Amino acid sequence: MTEAVLATHAISKNFGALKASDNISIDLRPNEIHAIIGPNGAGKSTLIAQICGTLKPCAGNVELLGRDVTKESARDRVRAGLGRTFQISALAMEDTVLQNAMLGALGASGRPWRFFGPALRDNELRDAAECALLRVGLEDFMRVRTAELSHGQRRQLEVAVSLTLNPRVFVMDEPMAGLGSEGSKRLTGFLDALRHEAPILLVEHDMDAVFALADRISVLVYGRIIATGSGNDIRANPEVQEAYLGDEA
Amino acid sequence: MIKERHLNMALIVVCVVIPVWAHLADEPFIITLMTRAAIFALAAVGLNIALGLGGLVSLGHAAFFGLGGYAMGISAFHAQTFTPVAEWPFLIEGTKSMPAIWLISVAVSAFAATIVGILSLRTSGVYFIMITLAFGQMFFYFSISWPTYGGEDGLSVYVRNGFPGLNTLDPIQFFMICFAILVAALALASRLARSPFGLALNAARQAPQRVETVGLDPNRLKLVAFVISGAMTGLAGALFADLNRFVSPAMFSWQLSGEIMVFVIIGGVGRLFGPVAGALVFVTLEHLLGGFSEFWHVHLGVLLLLVVLFGRGGLIGMICGREGSHD
Repeated sequence: MTEAVLATHAISKNFGALKASDNISIDLRPNEIHAIIGPNGAGKSTLIAQICGTLKPCAGNVELLGRDVTKESARDRVRAGLGRTFQISALAMEDTVLQNAMLGALGASGRPWRFFGPALRDNELRDAAECALLRVGLEDFMRVRTAELSHGQRRQLEVAVSLTLNPRVFVMDEPMAGLGSEGSKRLTGFLDALRHEAPILLVEHDMDAVFALADRISVLVYGRIIATGSGNDIRANPEVQEAYLGDEA
Repeated sequence: MIKERHLNMALIVVCVVIPVWAHLADEPFIITLMTRAAIFALAAVGLNIALGLGGLVSLGHAAFFGLGGYAMGISAFHAQTFTPVAEWPFLIEGTKSMPAIWLISVAVSAFAATIVGILSLRTSGVYFIMITLAFGQMFFYFSISWPTYGGEDGLSVYVRNGFPGLNTLDPIQFFMICFAILVAALALASRLARSPFGLALNAARQAPQRVETVGLDPNRLKLVAFVISGAMTGLAGALFADLNRFVSPAMFSWQLSGEIMVFVIIGGVGRLFGPVAGALVFVTLEHLLGGFSEFWHVHLGVLLLLVVLFGRGGLIGMICGREGSHD
């Protein structure tokens, strides 16, 4: 078995009596897409937050590229190579699309303490940003204010910003949420190729996309992983059918 | 709609033409009013960096304004009484030289802004407003209760400080000094807003979570903005003290913090020339309406209300519409 790039070892998180994460161990291997699915309130976002460092687990640890990062801040994890996209777009709405993408490039450069030259004339930042926007298909919207983008375009921009970071691992929280079938199909194709650049831990509600993309799927219910396996394994698993797919499929 | 660039140019022209006219017409009082407006504008350009770019609603900027003022007052006090400021650990003499005093005010207010910023940025929203207000009040009461430098009565400086090659007692020359500094501050603020730092700070105001996920520290960005902002307001304080040849605890008062914020809001938060427009309107109203009634602030209040209700981008926003992208 190849070494995991990202792993959680028996992490638990309680909010009072609620076990939001109960002894979760998952891993992400090179070149793979590992999808995490589960009904609403299963604790997917809590899990993502612990992996990305915005929440600290009560027990267990998080390993990134072979290093224990449990005690490291979200920022340190980003610098170590973790690229995250948000479920609800967290973008600078008053800024243009290009400025948002350049922020990613600026973060990746690690040199924000430059007070004089105009950022838009910094070719290095600009190239990285334009290249990422081109890849997600937003090249015609660079000068548009982010607030004027459609919901789906904001999702694309989220992905573009994380691309500018050149991460070694992607963690994507529902990148398809709110996309039309066209946009969803397009993003599916894009992520399919992206896995060879860096593996993707994908939290997603869109079952078509999950089964089309994921090498492995883990099912999270009430804070516990009840099954991990290939798409076919998961479909055939009676416990999963009862807990989750039964309602929707 | 008028282009913002053209309106900015017009404001600059107004700031030059009126004092020059007043000089030729021998109306020194008008020049003093314009100097007052330029200094208030400088203080507000400073605040606008924290408020407009960084989203930091500081109700304690009078602390930096007052510190700049007292840095000038104390330096000049020791120079005119021929006593050293300190003898230990090394001898520090007072000074009557403007450039030296400016450096001191900038250094002192930047240092204070660092301390206030580190502590205040642990909070946000209403708590940030309250904690900056509390710091402002601390400086206010400290200045009242320090008899060495005049306590409640303040400090008088008999002769305006000197600038090499200029006669600073000549109103038009002193105005030109203040105006030149204002223009330099505007140039700095404009470059700052477009710089990589400005890009990151802008995003830190709107989406701190995003800034964090690209590996930058939003609070550190805001702290640096707060320090630059405080230093600029401190420099304005030194000039204000020189204009009046007097410093008193009133420079630390929270009303003054509020007024600086009013300049920014009336002119337009985050607009480069918003503080200039705001300060010009304020000083004009103060002069015109102040003659009719000492309750002229009522009219200012009505204006503020109208601007906030109907012009989300302040006066500049009402005239020029929404801000264009920085290119």
